[in-house]
Amino acid sequence: MEQKTVADTIREITRKHLTQNNGLLLGESISAVGWVNNTVPNCPGIIELPMTDVAGAGIAVGTALVGRRPIFVIRFQDFLILNGSPLIFYAAKTKELHGKSAPIFVRAIASEGLGPVHSGVLHSIFMHFPGFRVCSPMTPKEYEEIWEDFLANDDPMIVSEHRTSYSNTQEMCDVIVENADITLYAISSTRFDVCKAAEMLNEDGIKCNIINIVWLKPFSVTSRLAEPLVQSKRGIVIDSGHEIAGASQSIAYELTQATGYSVKALGLYDKTKCLCPPFQNKAPDVNRIYEIAKEICGRRF
Amino acid sequence: MRLSTCGVIPKLSRVFEQDISLEMFRKMCLTRYFEAGVVEAIKKGSIKCIVYLSSGQESISAAMSLVIPDFMIFAQHRCHATYLSFGGNPIKLRDELLGLPGGTSGGRAGSNCLQYHEKNVAMYGHHGLIGENVPLAVGAALGSGKPTVCFFGDGAAEEDYVFAAMGFAATHKLPVLFVCEDNNLSILTTVDTRRGWSMTNVAKSFGMPAYETVDDPWTVYLKTQEMKNQLPAFINIHTCRAYWHAGAGIDGPPEWDRYNIVKNELENLGLAAQMNQIETVVQIYMEELWNKRQ
Repeated sequence: MEQKTVADTIREITRKHLTQNNGLLLGESISAVGWVNNTVPNCPGIIELPMTDVAGAGIAVGTALVGRRPIFVIRFQDFLILNGSPLIFYAAKTKELHGKSAPIFVRAIASEGLGPVHSGVLHSIFMHFPGFRVCSPMTPKEYEEIWEDFLANDDPMIVSEHRTSYSNTQEMCDVIVENADITLYAISSTRFDVCKAAEMLNEDGIKCNIINIVWLKPFSVTSRLAEPLVQSKRGIVIDSGHEIAGASQSIAYELTQATGYSVKALGLYDKTKCLCPPFQNKAPDVNRIYEIAKEICGRRF
Repeated sequence: MRLSTCGVIPKLSRVFEQDISLEMFRKMCLTRYFEAGVVEAIKKGSIKCIVYLSSGQESISAAMSLVIPDFMIFAQHRCHATYLSFGGNPIKLRDELLGLPGGTSGGRAGSNCLQYHEKNVAMYGHHGLIGENVPLAVGAALGSGKPTVCFFGDGAAEEDYVFAAMGFAATHKLPVLFVCEDNNLSILTTVDTRRGWSMTNVAKSFGMPAYETVDDPWTVYLKTQEMKNQLPAFINIHTCRAYWHAGAGIDGPPEWDRYNIVKNELENLGLAAQMNQIETVVQIYMEELWNKRQ
């Protein structure tokens, strides 16, 4: 039996929601070219929105207000800048203002290497506004868990997906090693590179803890996050979004405040993500993580 | 030039049952005298937050609420009249404006964000971005299948997402009545300064019934009756706000004062005594309502 991928998981969750839960799925060009990387089933309950990003998000939020718990698919996270207004100004505020919730599951899909407005990772922006739950699952089980969380709560949820994860079948556990030199906190697609970087570092004699961060908001420094840092005394938070005022800086700050140990943030440079190399400004890759970790550990090889 | 008679069906009031005409007037009085209390409360300093007053525009909701009382409501930011006409509790509105826990949203949301979900009224709060309620209303109609009325102003009508949402409603034949309460002003900039096209023509181009009129309540009532069975539909209603865009100041005399036009019409219909009694009762009620909190 083939192992289930993240894409399979999303598709099956969606099928059940649409066929058994009276749910809806809304988005632009859903049924075109591969059904959003084979993450959307061909079944009733799919609403093809016209190419109208602000109104489309508003329509989706409207269906949430009347209890349909919509899945709202945004094919490229950069479009959240357009889609964001009804999400930020209405869905995220209505519960606190009025006691009426708008539970909408926003599938915000990130990519890499597709140029300035199709490669963005914007989850940090939504961490900023009150009212959202923000997460970035990269494995089948994580996706199932965040979906259950959505059903158990009534908040709008920003799910920062990454196409890199869609073919993944493996679960990714935290790695805690004895006498680690550094703790690597990994978010979104960087989690795959962090694993490889840790292997390279280990070959150089640098032992790494790896902590996977799925939940960006709500976020708290639990013992699971703090204890490895207290032991290793050094840490890096690595994210596929921009570093300045982003998830990496925010979480690095929280960890530093909680433990007293300095934690570095590592994300995108303060540059536009361009289409062609060498100007793509990609998420921190194996080599960059490796170099930064070596620098922090103060070792010269 | 805007005229108070544009689109009015002549002598229509004469064929209406008296009870309906008087009930429309009573609902107009609710807004007029509630907001007279708001103005006083602002002068006395007991209302400190910004308010968006409906006076001058109250005939629209007064008429529609009698025809479509069971529709879901997505109001615009200038929504006191909608709230009061469709059955919102004036005490809760007063407390919301005063920032009290007993308000419609516990005093958190304020004048332009009124919501009400009691007594079979489903009114969703606006949040202050003009026109935001239009796609929300369309989505709510899509998700529930329930008939929905969506109010917005002539400024909001220019928002791109309003067009897109109306087009979506037309494509999917959703049961939404779009109502543009057209007071001709975005803050103080008139429609003819801002655009050279008609929202009614835009709606027609989407293939939905669309009608242009003024805030004569008898005409609004009749047109709402016609349109509620042809949804989605659009009606552009020219009206005049009595106060500033925000706050209780007055820019100058309005182009017309529908409240007094309606009173004159009721007198012509031989309903002066009943009209005066209604007005007095509402006035006293609202004065007492505000005196309890001054």
